Amino acid sequence: MIAIVDYGMGNIASVTMALKHLGHDVVVTDDSATLKQASHIILPGVGAFPTAMEEIKKRGLREPLRHMAKTTPFLGICLGMQLLFSEGEEGQKTAGLDLIPGKVSKIETPYILPHMGWNTLRVLPEHQEFLPLNDKHVYFVHSFAVKTSLAHIVATTDYGTEVTAIVKQGHIYGMQFHPEKSGIYGRELLKLFLKEAVSV
Amino acid sequence: MIAKRIIPCLDVKDGKVVKGTNFIELRVVGDPVALAMAYSNEGADEIIFLDISATNEGRQTLIDIVRKTAENVFVPFTVGGGVRTIADVTTLLKAGADKVAMNSAAVQHPELIREASYRFGAQCIVVAIDAKAFPDGSWHVMTHGGKKDAGIHAIEWAKQAEALGAGEILLTSVDQDGVKEGFDLPLTQAIIDAVKIPVIASGGCGKPAHIAEVFKETDVSAALAASIFHDRTHSISEVKSLCQKEGVSIRAVELL
Repeated sequence: MIAIVDYGMGNIASVTMALKHLGHDVVVTDDSATLKQASHIILPGVGAFPTAMEEIKKRGLREPLRHMAKTTPFLGICLGMQLLFSEGEEGQKTAGLDLIPGKVSKIETPYILPHMGWNTLRVLPEHQEFLPLNDKHVYFVHSFAVKTSLAHIVATTDYGTEVTAIVKQGHIYGMQFHPEKSGIYGRELLKLFLKEAVSV
Repeated sequence: MIAKRIIPCLDVKDGKVVKGTNFIELRVVGDPVALAMAYSNEGADEIIFLDISATNEGRQTLIDIVRKTAENVFVPFTVGGGVRTIADVTTLLKAGADKVAMNSAAVQHPELIREASYRFGAQCIVVAIDAKAFPDGSWHVMTHGGKKDAGIHAIEWAKQAEALGAGEILLTSVDQDGVKEGFDLPLTQAIIDAVKIPVIASGGCGKPAHIAEVFKETDVSAALAASIFHDRTHSISEVKSLCQKEGVSIRAVELL
């Protein structure tokens, strides 16, 4: 069973549909006992970083999520990926889930924001399992992006500046774009994450 | 490099796609969900539904269509037409729409844009502007299906919509709409120059070359077309091949 964390931020329906389409059982929940039963946890999210952290804390989920990310394959999508990092600079500075070192700041680009639309992935060569997705288009909608050490970056995209697109640390994954809205390549990326299994 | 988006638009009335006349190759004639699936399989980068139902029953059917589309189409889709209140926006987003477009109601109550954007984020709020050229060289905003002059300048309105929190502008040239002689390039570039959010050009597409033209001649982010796709005279992949040949950055069509 895959659990999608419902904390009141954004379009959960489309992630749910995409996973069901791949043939998985999906539960949408903000209950940490239910989350603990899951084989995989997905943290979606659209909106602002400080509000999102506030909603997570309000539900008493910050520590449980931090804990579960150590034992369960964990995927953050869009804002959900940004929340994996130490700190967000959207509005006021806000602590994130701090699962991966790094911070989230506004994209510095000569182009218009939000960065909205289909852009190509540049996969770093050492991430072999992601290489079939190199140069493929996926769907982005965001104005803020993650800055982190190269060690955590799987893929970037070019938007007048290099933008972090996929991160991975152990079995914690982050995707800045929306795999659930990225056609067949998005499905492939979800499948890559779902292949991840942790033996406790 | 970010791709220019090509967006088919489906006019939906009481649960059926209208306006398109000749859907021979599609099995489920006029079914919005089947058409949206077919377009996304052909490489549509996004889908827009415009509801033109006049009745409450028609609106209810629309919610069903949105839900079924969300279950079956894995590219972003926008729903517009008759969006008047925050409750309308909420219902459509909850049913699975990625973005909601507002038009006349936003002109009458600009605060609607601010509130929707604050609640749901700018990324899902599209402001649709229907613009018409006037003899003094300006463009006026038209409402009620392009029939009523709102008495405001399109450029000013675009700036205001952006300031209120619109994430994108769907710009339709009332003069070019249905004429099939190409997009209104000066209008499109004038709006792009006035704002820093993505603009979708609409109105006037009669052949694939018109889409390549608006991408080459303006800085527009996306182009919308209806009849050329509905009539099956041209496919989305054909438009994409042409754009590619002309050096426009597009998302390659995924073969399924």
